[in-house]
Amino acid sequence: MLNSSLKQLSALLATKKISSVELTGEFLKRVQALNPNYNAFITVDENMSLAQAQAADAMLASGQAHPLTGIPIAQKDIFCTKGWLTTCGSKMLSNFVSPYDAGVIERFNAAGAVNIGKTNMDEFAMGSSNETSFYGPVKNPWDITAVPGGSSGGSACAVAARMAPAATGTDTGGSIRQPAALCGISGIKPTYGLVSRYGMIAFASSLDQGGPMAKSAEDLALMLNVMAGFDTRDSTSLQRAPEDYARDLARPLQGLRIGLPKEYFVEGMSADVARAVEAAIGEYRKLGAEIVEVSLPNTKLSIPVYYVLAPAEASSNLSRFDGVRYGHRAPEYVDLNDMYQKSRAQGFGAEVKRRILIGTYVLSHGYYDAYYIQAQKLRRLIAQDFAAAFAQCDIIMGPTTPTVAFALGEKSSNPVQMYLSDTYTIATNLAGLPGMSIPAGFGDNNRPVGLHLIGNYFAEAQMLNVAYQYQQVTDWHIRMPDKLIA
Amino acid sequence: MQWEIVIGLEVHTQLSTRSKIFSGAATAFGAAPNSQACAVDIALPGVLPVLNHGAVERAIRFGLAVGAKINSPSIFARKNYFYPDLPKGYQISQYELPVVDGGNVKIPVGGDGNEHEKTIRLTRAHLEEDAGKSLHEDFHGMTGIDLNRAGTPLLEIVSEPDMRSSAEAVAFAKTLHSLVRWIDICDGNMQEGSFRCDANVSVRPHGSDKLGTRCEIKNLNSFRFLEKAIDYEARRQMEILEDGGTIRQETRLYDSDKDETRTMRSKEDAQDYRYFPDPDLLPLEISADWINRVRAMLPELPEAKRSSYMAEHGLSAYDAGVLTATREMAGYFESTVKLLPAQAKLCANWIMGEVSGRLHKEALDIAQCPVSPAQLAGLLLSISDGTVSGKTAKDVFDAMWRGECDGNADIIIETKGLKQISDAGEIEQLIDGILAANPQQVADYRNGKEKAFNSLVGQAMKATKGKANPAQVNELLKKKLIE
Repeated sequence: MLNSSLKQLSALLATKKISSVELTGEFLKRVQALNPNYNAFITVDENMSLAQAQAADAMLASGQAHPLTGIPIAQKDIFCTKGWLTTCGSKMLSNFVSPYDAGVIERFNAAGAVNIGKTNMDEFAMGSSNETSFYGPVKNPWDITAVPGGSSGGSACAVAARMAPAATGTDTGGSIRQPAALCGISGIKPTYGLVSRYGMIAFASSLDQGGPMAKSAEDLALMLNVMAGFDTRDSTSLQRAPEDYARDLARPLQGLRIGLPKEYFVEGMSADVARAVEAAIGEYRKLGAEIVEVSLPNTKLSIPVYYVLAPAEASSNLSRFDGVRYGHRAPEYVDLNDMYQKSRAQGFGAEVKRRILIGTYVLSHGYYDAYYIQAQKLRRLIAQDFAAAFAQCDIIMGPTTPTVAFALGEKSSNPVQMYLSDTYTIATNLAGLPGMSIPAGFGDNNRPVGLHLIGNYFAEAQMLNVAYQYQQVTDWHIRMPDKLIA
Repeated sequence: MQWEIVIGLEVHTQLSTRSKIFSGAATAFGAAPNSQACAVDIALPGVLPVLNHGAVERAIRFGLAVGAKINSPSIFARKNYFYPDLPKGYQISQYELPVVDGGNVKIPVGGDGNEHEKTIRLTRAHLEEDAGKSLHEDFHGMTGIDLNRAGTPLLEIVSEPDMRSSAEAVAFAKTLHSLVRWIDICDGNMQEGSFRCDANVSVRPHGSDKLGTRCEIKNLNSFRFLEKAIDYEARRQMEILEDGGTIRQETRLYDSDKDETRTMRSKEDAQDYRYFPDPDLLPLEISADWINRVRAMLPELPEAKRSSYMAEHGLSAYDAGVLTATREMAGYFESTVKLLPAQAKLCANWIMGEVSGRLHKEALDIAQCPVSPAQLAGLLLSISDGTVSGKTAKDVFDAMWRGECDGNADIIIETKGLKQISDAGEIEQLIDGILAANPQQVADYRNGKEKAFNSLVGQAMKATKGKANPAQVNELLKKKLIE
């Protein structure tokens, strides 16, 4: 049952072979056993989860069930959840019990899904290894000495270790896809604007996008069916007719044009990752796809552009954490400025401070044009590269990350090395395009490798189809870590 | 040295929307602290702004009323600074590409025969949210924060430095104040802070075309304070310059108790607000269609009315300005003058004098005036045709105000017997009697004592309880005394 798909779990619930309370209890038991070692959850509240499961059972009994009714879902601790501690991985919000639900949480609640707990994450989603969390690092289920990736490391770990059937994540520069790759699960960052950002604590507003993390493309489609949709409370939310993201899963891939950016395959990628990606491309050839070479010449600028724009927005977004109305306030201070300084100095970790400083700097008088405006211009060029590439192909593929999961502590003292682990994922956020990672085998030390799929705007159903077909002929996505330490 | 004062104003007008500019919370004044602050206003983690289109519409209305360009797109930007009553740590405002670009306003200037209009150019007007309030007095050793006002929509109107005296600045502020109420975008309540001015003041030697260093005086919430603060500040700057000093660019506060301005912060202390486009709000697109719809709903503007009052009714710029202070005032005047088209000046004088004075005394709006335009016209007709004197008319007006005889001037005049005596024979008889009874005054007058004449007139009026036509009395009396 731990390895069952969402569809299978839904069938078990619908046919009363198991109740939501029982199912939730099973996963809670697993969380209790594994979480002390893997630290995937910041908050687990059995009473609240079981109360939701009971309500879900009532929904199931009344015949009002939705495909996710009664299924436990792990929620990244970036989504404000009414009555739950919502910390965003930060000491700053270590006392913040949200009085309201994020748009995404409302949608899961309406679908009758059960919140099995709030997952650990890099502080304010700033990090690629989950080591910046105030609540300590998450461990990789495939190797407890390795990082799970970040910032949605807790969600990736929870799904990979089967502590939850599926989870939510958010992705500003790769925060869904990179941990999905490093933990051997599937994850999709939808087109910017598809999933409401209301109640999703902002890191970089123009880049942040929520999305699902699960074992398979099919599960992602069911999750996205719940998560996606217009929200009047988010001005960047897109008003579109609802779609069924699972509708095209079964479509054959004959004639699909897969673009391989030549720039991705020249440097930086480690040999084990290259081998796995090439093997996956081989599978796609067998499925009838055609491989074309495309060029994304400005992709190399993604990291510098991102590390101007994301900190700029973050420096402003995080100004509300001032100790005045909620969150951490320094216990002692002499005046207002001292209260601000001490509260923020104590409440934020080093990486968050670094980005606030960078962002404040690039927005400063005299530097704004040279950094922020210049980065915005390059952002457009990066998006134009993709537009040109999609004239030649239907979908772009490559590695999600340059290497498999690295060791805990290996890069935590070298921010630039850490930033480079998002080198393949960041450009899609800058362009607002959907990106996805699916398991594509194992590299060195038997650590998972992720295959990165980039689609055109609103091509989620097609991307899920492309991933699903691959998952019909491979079994990487149902492999479970075999050395979990309870 | 002769100095010229140069003034530009920034006016914050609170827009009259029922909900806030980026949230659904109410904007009503005077509610219990923090009872009108929702999750967005408090800036809880994760909340997002959604633009209130009613605020945009009001900005468009203003732009059209001053002949400005409406920018599309216009951009919302974040102005970043820390303050406890600024919940997000930034204010959503507009920086580059404000919604209203340019435009101008005509103000009445000069006086005593030199009345004319002057055009003041506007730089821009942009939408922004207000901050909350810090309450320092009510909590011992602590500061209370009331976020009811946070997120209230403001239109900040910025003028070019086109004013040359505090009187012009006040005239400009009053014209704007009247305009924003006229087009119904702001209630204009200055006590509640719905209309507040910052003044940029500099001085320069007369004839110079170079601007001097300016100081900004913040938060002037009455026309009187605006005038006094500018006068003080200009004097201060002239004194410094005349003593060979230089002006430091700074922001100053006006202390109305001491009638002086003092330093709030200097340019060197000025914060870097790190403006950048708000990524939570898309560029604001305003279609030509939307602009046209707003234009179609605009009332005739005070400026157009002022011109027509001057051209059609021969009123002075000053009178036209006073009568177009509010739409209700203009409506009252127009309804009155329609019934008495040949007596526009008389109508204007009465509305600006007796009617306005009485309304002011009883703290009433013209909309609440107990004397209707038709009733007033009835009274003014009696003045113009000589039925009553202007002086008697004031008594009639009092009776009308009290609602006597249903406010009908004719009936009041009739029942009270206030009709003016204009019969030449009757007046002659009266004067003969007075001359006979007052030989001393008659002799005095004939000996060159002018005062004696007034005394005789007074007796004539007294004898008729003021009803004798004073012009006739004067004329006949003079004639008889010369005889």
